[in-house]
Amino acid sequence: MSSSSKKSKTLDPEKGQHLFYQMLLIRRFEDKSAEQYTKGKIRGFLHLYVGEEAVAVGVIQALTEEDNILSTYREHGHALARGMEPGGIMAEMYGKQEGCSRGRGGSMHLFDASRRFFGGNAIVCSHLPMAVGMALASKKQKKNQITCCFFGEGAAAEGEFHEAMNLAALWEVPVLFVCENNQYAMGTAIQYSHAVLEIEKKGAAYGIESTAVNGMDLMAVMDATDKAVDKIRKTGKPYFLVCNTYRFRSHSMFDAELYRDKKEVEEWKKADPIPAFQDYLLKQKLITKTELEKISARVDKEVQEAIDFAEAGTWEPLEDLTKFVYSEK
Amino acid sequence: MRVIQFREAIREAMNEEMRRDENVFLMGEEVAEYNGAYKVSQGMLDEFGPNRVYDTPIAELGFAGLGVGAGMNGLRPIIEFMTFNFSLVAIDQIINSSAKMLAMSGGQYSVPIVFRGPTGSAGQLGATHSSNFENWFANTPGLKVVVPSTPYDAKGLLKASIRDNDPVIFMESEMMYNDKGEVPEGEYLLPIGVADIKRKGKDVTIISFGKAMKIALEAAEELAKDGIEAEVIDLRTVRPIDYATCLESVKKTNRCVVVEEANPLAAISSELTYHIQRNAFDYLDAPVIRVNSMDIPLSFSAPYIEATLPNVKRTLEAVKQVMYKK
Repeated sequence: MSSSSKKSKTLDPEKGQHLFYQMLLIRRFEDKSAEQYTKGKIRGFLHLYVGEEAVAVGVIQALTEEDNILSTYREHGHALARGMEPGGIMAEMYGKQEGCSRGRGGSMHLFDASRRFFGGNAIVCSHLPMAVGMALASKKQKKNQITCCFFGEGAAAEGEFHEAMNLAALWEVPVLFVCENNQYAMGTAIQYSHAVLEIEKKGAAYGIESTAVNGMDLMAVMDATDKAVDKIRKTGKPYFLVCNTYRFRSHSMFDAELYRDKKEVEEWKKADPIPAFQDYLLKQKLITKTELEKISARVDKEVQEAIDFAEAGTWEPLEDLTKFVYSEK
Repeated sequence: MRVIQFREAIREAMNEEMRRDENVFLMGEEVAEYNGAYKVSQGMLDEFGPNRVYDTPIAELGFAGLGVGAGMNGLRPIIEFMTFNFSLVAIDQIINSSAKMLAMSGGQYSVPIVFRGPTGSAGQLGATHSSNFENWFANTPGLKVVVPSTPYDAKGLLKASIRDNDPVIFMESEMMYNDKGEVPEGEYLLPIGVADIKRKGKDVTIISFGKAMKIALEAAEELAKDGIEAEVIDLRTVRPIDYATCLESVKKTNRCVVVEEANPLAAISSELTYHIQRNAFDYLDAPVIRVNSMDIPLSFSAPYIEATLPNVKRTLEAVKQVMYKK
């Protein structure tokens, strides 16, 4: 594992505080989502991002508004880091028409065209070739646009992963593949699903520049992503970034977590990216205790507002049931 | 009017649309350097270059998904499957990604894409290369499914498909690429979802589409020799289905036979039969009869193929049955 000390650039207080805010927002939003789920307010499948916040926040800060983001069914963190409204996401999970997908997608299918957020893709690995296609479109249209695609290490076992890697390298498209290796594909530990545990080695097979980074360390993720994005913009070629991380909560709300040792979870929690980054900010004098408290209060307020927004939301009228099956002329 | 091959009509449609809109491109196995496994894309690489006509690796799932992403980001891909039998490898991208994207995103992302290639049997190719997928894809809301039977229809419908903002499955046949038909010079479009009466008649309605239209028309010729005037309807599109044209005809003839190459369970013919009994029950003088492939995988054996696929003989028997003739 690399550490914060390996960072190659310094943070200004404003950015540092914003990133801390984003991580805390994701953490508390997810905790609150779990609560709303147990109350029966959120239905369906719910996959939480708790523990992995440094990855979404560290990667997405390196992107511009013109860039595209595709994610998995565990995408609340990416949506929030992208600046999507917490209320819109919560309302989506409630199935309300004020949700970011009008309540038609749910937790696993968050979309926001205004932020170039392309899901919420819930068939494992299906969005990798899509990301390559989006990047090919950028290249053909000569746009300065990167497509960033998040997926888990479980997806790297799909044949589609290899097809996407090959096509991206073959046609040299500006795509950033970000593997969030949280060590478990649902309940299957990585050693039971991959012959080669260093996922980054799979990129090398296609001649794609690949790096692995400690995904629990925000500064390390930022540093690695900044370099990757810079490389992609210069070369137009794909890049593969593996962020080794861990989810602190269960796979989904139905998961009793019988496949992993509680001690292992506790061990990983010592590497919690949020207190680590908080300590870093304090040590570097990039934040004061008062400012921390303010951020904490702001996050609590915004999460509560998201709940209130979702609660006050409305169901899409039945007259609209058959809308959006086909495009309107 | 000039006469051209089915493959040339498809090629003309693609060429014209690619000249008209630089966002249209063709991608698939053997479409560029090899000039098309069935020479549909012959000459296209020369005209448009490798940045518009892409040879893909043998990775149907990958390049189908790539097409979906390209469609979501401003382009209009034409994805060619060497045969729709290979589209099974890519079916997740067709169903889950392309067909559902608009609905799941609450109307935010449409996917303008055409997946095209041959469907159904094509001689002695064995079971893996001989399936019909028209009803499979027609079962999925969000898709449009076009299955033309003539070069004229193929050209006009393919152009409309490429301009459509939603995913279109466009199905051809290896057995039809050499077929010739009248195609006018100059541009025309045909609307998706409108059937065409290929032969007028008053005694019985025969409904079909795609390659099986040949059987329907040949049967109508035979029937004419016996003084039976069959009306032959070419659906041209199996999603959406032009029920109105079918019902209007059946209300006139009071008898109907549906000819379709696919296996019989949950087929286009069963769907049509349901609609006809539901909406024209009082007009029917006999139960609607379907002529489909036998309910078995298609064999390699020539006599078995002959015994499995719909043919003129079975169609004539079905017509005689609905007309209560021996």
